[in-house]
Amino acid sequence: MQPISTLTSRTVVLPFTNIDTDQIIPARFLTTTTKEGLGRQAFADWRYDASGASKPDFALNRPEAAGCAILVAGRNFGCGSSREHAPWALLDYGFRAVVSTEIADIFRSNSLKNGLLPIVVDEQTHAWLLEHPGVSLQIDLQASTLTLPDGTAVRFPVEAFARYCLLNGVDELGYLLQQGDAITRYEQTQS
Amino acid sequence: MKPKTLFEKVWEQHEVAPETADTPAVLYIDLHLIHEVTTPQAFAELRSRGLSVRRPDRTLATLDHSTPTDPAEVFGRVPIKVESAGRQVKEMEKNCREFGVELFGLGSEQRGIVHVIGPELGATQPGKTIVCGDSHTATHGAFGALAFGIGTTEVGQVLATQCLLQRRPKTLAIEVSGRLRDAVTAKDLILAIIGKIGVSGGTGQVIEYRGSAIEALSMDERMTVCNMSIEAGARAGMIAPDETTFAYLKGRRFAPQGDAWARAVERWRNLRTDSGARYDRVVEIDASKLEPMITYGTNPGMVVPITATVPDRPSDAIHAKSLAYMGLHGGEPLLGKPVQVVFVGSCTNARLSDLEQAARVMRGRKVASGVRMLVVPGSQQVKREAEASGLAQVFTDAGAEWRESGCSMCIGMNGDTVAKGEYAVSTSNRNFEGRQGAGARTLLASPLTAAAAAVSGRISDPREFLRS
Repeated sequence: MQPISTLTSRTVVLPFTNIDTDQIIPARFLTTTTKEGLGRQAFADWRYDASGASKPDFALNRPEAAGCAILVAGRNFGCGSSREHAPWALLDYGFRAVVSTEIADIFRSNSLKNGLLPIVVDEQTHAWLLEHPGVSLQIDLQASTLTLPDGTAVRFPVEAFARYCLLNGVDELGYLLQQGDAITRYEQTQS
Repeated sequence: MKPKTLFEKVWEQHEVAPETADTPAVLYIDLHLIHEVTTPQAFAELRSRGLSVRRPDRTLATLDHSTPTDPAEVFGRVPIKVESAGRQVKEMEKNCREFGVELFGLGSEQRGIVHVIGPELGATQPGKTIVCGDSHTATHGAFGALAFGIGTTEVGQVLATQCLLQRRPKTLAIEVSGRLRDAVTAKDLILAIIGKIGVSGGTGQVIEYRGSAIEALSMDERMTVCNMSIEAGARAGMIAPDETTFAYLKGRRFAPQGDAWARAVERWRNLRTDSGARYDRVVEIDASKLEPMITYGTNPGMVVPITATVPDRPSDAIHAKSLAYMGLHGGEPLLGKPVQVVFVGSCTNARLSDLEQAARVMRGRKVASGVRMLVVPGSQQVKREAEASGLAQVFTDAGAEWRESGCSMCIGMNGDTVAKGEYAVSTSNRNFEGRQGAGARTLLASPLTAAAAAVSGRISDPREFLRS
């Protein structure tokens, strides 16, 4: 995992609530056996028409969306399926952070494990962000703040261990493997 | 001693290390269910780090998601028509062989949807922690297990260490009083619950379903309820084990045998929530007031009684977007709307009793002209039992397609799809845009309601077909 500590980017906005992981990456693309290359299929059914041509009206297809690494989305982003292909697709597309008022549990957990920041903000900040697509935001993970263009720093919650892993680019598996003796002792008490 | 909830008891029994301010709990996983779609990248990770599977004996593998249900494809008489799915199946076979995990694969009599075979084999047991790279893992909570869906990185962690790092979720009790009326099923109950608390109403929480209406449910029905906990955003759904649970499990292949059985039952009896234990939140529902339910929108919380009209919210742009996708208008009745596809299947409603429900309506009737009906048993065992009892014959006589087991049209990544613009009444769990195929319009309902739609060619009240 690539470490991440700060991020400055313009936003792209998808204002819909309850954007589920079937929208982020439709199931027909899940027959892959690797993590790579899913960015092209992110939001496939919203981005392309039946012939495969880009729909010009869709936010991600507009010229100003190019290079945006922060996605602002409606409440309850990432609900539905546990597919980790959803954060893989968003990362491969170029996003490094998703901002909403509520982010679904499994999607949030999967995102943290891949270096995609799931950022939950208050209703007021969120409403402003939805109304102002394309603004430039600064995210500071160590301080757990998101800074708006007027300099207001909004704090967001991030679980301590996940933050440590993200800042240092380490993954949880290494930590779990270090628990081997404790796991063996636990197994012995159960048998 | 402080009274505890069912969830707290199971959680605390599995803490290898409790959580601290800086670190999540290390939680031991008793049973890891794996399938072909969410594991290839996890096995690749193990390979790249030179790791083995810590407990192959606690890992149960099957093929269900991308696996075709067309008998000719399943048994290799014709190639799997989704080529990449065929490769994924091969990869799973190779991974299980190389890492020493038993695979209930294509030729196996035990193969089936992962959430159907776990309980069927008796691997799902009260008090266990169970995970799977699939959000419908909550199904197993019907037995009083703590069961939840995980991502592929976590699949790798469990394969390598049999543990996960977890923060303790909150608890939500859903108290269901009264009794469900005839023709109102467990599916209608869970749809009504999701409609009430919303699709994110359970986020960060583990639900315990309790009360007289829950206690009266069979195991199959309890699984239907717990299965859709994720559709309310919940981490897991649980039901306290009782005599119904024990009777279901006794004698099954992986259930404790002999003296171990009596000891296990004694242990399991202590799992139920102590009187006086506190939940973070409680929601109450009266089952006796519920009607058959059906969804009209593009998430499972967009649900109404089947006799209702489509909700009209002219100022809500997101509601309008959803209705536009569905080709429905606020204020129009759902009853009478023509449908083109009916799907009876999925980890929500493909167990034997679900098929029996559908057959209550189908018996002696035909699938309406212009309607395609797919009946897909949840496992090969369900399939054999349905064929032996004559149930399968009811469907084939009616003109429905009778398939091999698998996820089929619930997820539309295995060759079984609904075409763009078509309406499908489906016993599955998700009506998201494109879930059953690009442009497909899904209406979630019970097996009774699905069967009523099949024979009438329209959205119909199943009670009409049970009276005559």
